[in-house]
Amino acid sequence: MAQERLAAIAGIHEYPLRVAPGVSSMQIKADSMKKALEDAGLDWGDVDGLYDALDGEGGGGLGLAAYLGIKPRLLDTTQVGGSSYEFHASHALRDIAAGRCNVAVTTYGSTAASQRVPIGTGGMGRGGASWQQNMEAPYGSTLISNYAMVAHRHMHEYGTTTEQLAQISVATRKHAMRNPEAVKAMTDLQFVKVDEISVEDVLESRIIADPLHLLECCMISDGGGAAVFVSPEIARDIKKKPVWIIGAGEATKYRENGGDITTSAGAQSAPAAFAQAGVTPDEIDIAMIYDSFSITVAVMLEDLGFCAKGEVGQFIDDGHLAFDQPGLTLNTDGGGLSSNHPGMRGLFLLLESVRQLRGESTSQVDGAKLAVAHGNGGLLGGTHTGGTVILAAD
Amino acid sequence: MANRPQPSFPEPDTQHFWEGCKEGELRYQTDSDGNVVFYPRGHSTVTGDRDLSWNVSSGLGSVYTYSVVRQNRMPGFQELGAYAVAYIDLDEGFRMMSTIVGVDNPTTGISIGQRVQVEFEEQDGEGAYPIPVFRPV
Repeated sequence: MAQERLAAIAGIHEYPLRVAPGVSSMQIKADSMKKALEDAGLDWGDVDGLYDALDGEGGGGLGLAAYLGIKPRLLDTTQVGGSSYEFHASHALRDIAAGRCNVAVTTYGSTAASQRVPIGTGGMGRGGASWQQNMEAPYGSTLISNYAMVAHRHMHEYGTTTEQLAQISVATRKHAMRNPEAVKAMTDLQFVKVDEISVEDVLESRIIADPLHLLECCMISDGGGAAVFVSPEIARDIKKKPVWIIGAGEATKYRENGGDITTSAGAQSAPAAFAQAGVTPDEIDIAMIYDSFSITVAVMLEDLGFCAKGEVGQFIDDGHLAFDQPGLTLNTDGGGLSSNHPGMRGLFLLLESVRQLRGESTSQVDGAKLAVAHGNGGLLGGTHTGGTVILAAD
Repeated sequence: MANRPQPSFPEPDTQHFWEGCKEGELRYQTDSDGNVVFYPRGHSTVTGDRDLSWNVSSGLGSVYTYSVVRQNRMPGFQELGAYAVAYIDLDEGFRMMSTIVGVDNPTTGISIGQRVQVEFEEQDGEGAYPIPVFRPV
């Protein structure tokens, strides 16, 4: 099936520091936008579309344009957690195809590490009165415990083991050690061991919320970045080869009476994205999956269709994931586990997909043609969103 | 622990549920077609109609899944040792987040599928709402 090529990613930038004291999230956003435009060979004044996830001190589409000093003709403030940037790419495909804008940007800036934000272990339920807070706040659930409850159920239903989940952390760290910015990140964030890790290392790290160990949990960093989305006409004249957005899907899922906690919103968003792209999971070279925790990746590998529900343990044992192994390659930048997680990692999934499809990754897969970026926002096991974006090399 | 975070009011969807806890009742809603609605709301999540009635659960159910939290930096929880957070599937067909009490070591004493019974844990402070928790049976 012929892929429609209606919008492309033309420029990217990943803010290089993971500990950036004295810098504001807004400065990270503006700096990243400028560098992503330079990467594309485009100018500040070319921007006519602005997507934002309400991050930083910005005020979304209302406040960010004013800070940047631009007057876009399309404003979209979609905030659905860490998958917001997959939703932005999805909307950019739709909006550019409809002629609503030609050069659109999404930016991200966070100083979560410098501000010591306890994202994973801070506890939920401090948001005041709401129907959901009132039912959950008394129990001391943390962000991590939501994911951990998914892991327990997955282990119970399918026999998935901690050793299998740990291999996700091992492969991701292998990629991180090849990425100088990831190595600097782990050094600056004072990781105990800045080196490749083994399954035993993961199992010997302390448990944060059963059954998840420290080395199955993503870091909390500062950081940010930007991506520039353009029309096919603009894509012809940019500095580097465009990377085409050929399919996108969006979905949400939540706690339901009798619901299956081991299946995520990805099971709804991914088929929609693959259908639009006209490709199948077995054609994908690179999977950039939001690795908030090991279990997140395990569930998404199934929900994206790389293996059947319940079979991810065997899929991992079969020897995929690392860039120098055959088959599907995972999170070649080092992921949120070992390179960059300032709170909403979704943007970096797009950025590393672009690097792979341009041939610029530090763990490059030769001849990579197709990538999937899948973001998960909110709480796996609780209310969450899934955003799937299929990307193709020029 | 007897000083868990309390529900906040006014909050019209969940007020009747929490008043039930003061009566020793675990309350849930059904719509006129018999669909179970939980957490409490003003409308049926199946039809959108506002034709809900309240029922009292037997309080018996099974552990659907759980985690034992070892690290929570939130005041009130950070001083605790390991404690369980769980989803309980009540026999009437609704799933709620809760905790499991009466287990010496939560890391070894809880299992998925375990049968549990609700009880209402009294909280410090005058007029505080008792919190529904579950104990293995």
